[in-house]
Amino acid sequence: MKWGLRGVDAARGRDLVLAGVTMPVDPSRVTVVVGGDGAGKSTCLKVLVGLLAARSGTVRRPPKERIGYVPATAGLYADLTVQENLDFSATAYGLSGRDYSRQAGRLLEQTGLGRARRRLGGQLSGGMQRKLAVGMALLHAPDLLVLDEPTTGVDPVSRAELWRLISAAAAAGTAVAVSTTYVNEAARAAVVVLLEAGKVAASGSPAQILNDVPGVIGVMDGAERPTALAWRRGVTWRVWDPAGALPQGARPVAPDFEDAVVAATLASEHREQGR
Amino acid sequence: MWAMISKEFRELRRDRRTVAMMIVLPVVLLVVFGYAANFKVSDIPAVVVGPGASQAASLLPEPTFRVIEVDPAAGEPAARARLRDGKAVVAVVTGSGAPLILMDGSQLFSVQTAEAALGKMAQKGAGVSPRVEILYNKDLSTSWVMVPGLAGLILVFIGTLITSLGVVRERQAGTLEQLAVMPFRAWDVIVGKIAPYLIVAAVDLVVIVVIGMAVFHVPFAGNAGTFALGAALFLLVTLGMGVLVSTVSQNQGQAIQLAFMLVLPQVLLSGLIFPVSSMAVGVRWISYLLPLTYFIEISRGVMLKAMPVSDLWEPIGLLAVLAVAVLGLAVFRFRRDLAPGRPKDRAAGRAQQPVAS
Repeated sequence: MKWGLRGVDAARGRDLVLAGVTMPVDPSRVTVVVGGDGAGKSTCLKVLVGLLAARSGTVRRPPKERIGYVPATAGLYADLTVQENLDFSATAYGLSGRDYSRQAGRLLEQTGLGRARRRLGGQLSGGMQRKLAVGMALLHAPDLLVLDEPTTGVDPVSRAELWRLISAAAAAGTAVAVSTTYVNEAARAAVVVLLEAGKVAASGSPAQILNDVPGVIGVMDGAERPTALAWRRGVTWRVWDPAGALPQGARPVAPDFEDAVVAATLASEHREQGR
Repeated sequence: MWAMISKEFRELRRDRRTVAMMIVLPVVLLVVFGYAANFKVSDIPAVVVGPGASQAASLLPEPTFRVIEVDPAAGEPAARARLRDGKAVVAVVTGSGAPLILMDGSQLFSVQTAEAALGKMAQKGAGVSPRVEILYNKDLSTSWVMVPGLAGLILVFIGTLITSLGVVRERQAGTLEQLAVMPFRAWDVIVGKIAPYLIVAAVDLVVIVVIGMAVFHVPFAGNAGTFALGAALFLLVTLGMGVLVSTVSQNQGQAIQLAFMLVLPQVLLSGLIFPVSSMAVGVRWISYLLPLTYFIEISRGVMLKAMPVSDLWEPIGLLAVLAVAVLGLAVFRFRRDLAPGRPKDRAAGRAQQPVAS
């Protein structure tokens, strides 16, 4: 593990919000932190960049100059133009002259913001704002790029463009940590860390997570929710059972990544209740 | 309609600051207006000098005047010095012929009250009618007194309100969090954030004084350096207050509320309108906590009375103390916002920050 968390506990006031979280973030790879609202995704990333102290465990991060971070809120200045926002970032990270204009030019092209240079940050659409914020964080070619829910509330086209930026950064050698609520985005990652109530419910490559699905998953028809451990997929229900005893009428199904993530989350909840 | 009313009350109950403003503020205003906002001035500090000092002092009616010094040995120069250093507003010089009454025109309300009281005495036929000379503001012009004070008030607005809004905007937009991760030292962010407002406020101050001089013919009798020193210290206090407000406000609305609560008492209690010396003791101590009180002393002292820095060391020194205290606290709190995790990280000795290879 080059960067990341190992066995980290973190607290907000008296509440323990992360318990024993391990999240490796390695160069040239994308680590995706996935989980529901309040699972501890943002907290995880805040500990990683140093905004929140770990109570125990190990945090490895490069020095500030080599980190790029975009918080869940916009992360840009609404009253500055696109160009001025980039200028600020460049000055802050000590970029100047030819380096800066080459990097900025490339990023403006990649983000499609070239024509919006003179527009105010606040006047951009939500998707464009996120692209600009990610662009600003990438300007100094950081060793570690940390993005807190960059695609939440963004239209599908912009989401695809944002992921292109993220993949390109990883391809260039950056270690990337991204949080998301969209399970399908986690499937693109090299490493997925699935958080549930501040704990790691599952982690590994998407293939590993798919492989390690606990219990058995089945498919069922019907209007009513068949059991408490069931969720909707399209017009059918998925049911999950930790011991493999599916309810009557359920046919076993080969799970996809989304099923695997939901099953792992349910398994984590199930373990907690069993205690 | 009931749904709206109950919802509104519920929301209001959660917003403690608004409730405080609605309940506490009227009470405070009432008390302050009752005790401080007193157009009928009393306790005007007076000195009486010259051979007939004792007799003259006994003639000055209480409680309008408060005789602070009776010195038969002293003469007119000593009386003038007392007015200049601000210890007295009225000085009676006795000697051969009609007594000379000197008044400090920069204390508008006090002088008007004193004139009225002396007029009454003359009507009663108290013997020889005195000669009255009003110093520093011969025509008792309101603008001469108000412009130096208003300059301070405007600086309070910029310093406290605009600065707090600027910092809170950063917090609300989430960029403060990002700044904490960027390679800035906390000090860079704080100075970088405050310096522009300091510069704008300084320019504003010059503009106000120049307009006051050009349009209202307010004099600038004293030393610009002394004035600049007082203004700089005062600005640091108000900027510190702005940053302090921002560190306890989550959004711009809260910041405006809080800044307003800091600005309003300064309007009423600083001596801008009502003289501090005639306020009830119960509210007067508040005046001595407010930076505007001292700035007004300095600005009126320098602009109208040409007071040298040696006579102003008291307000200047107190402003310096306030500046260190307020700005220090503000910076301390702001730093905590900027690097919340860092000190504990180091103390725990667990977090590692290896240098990138």
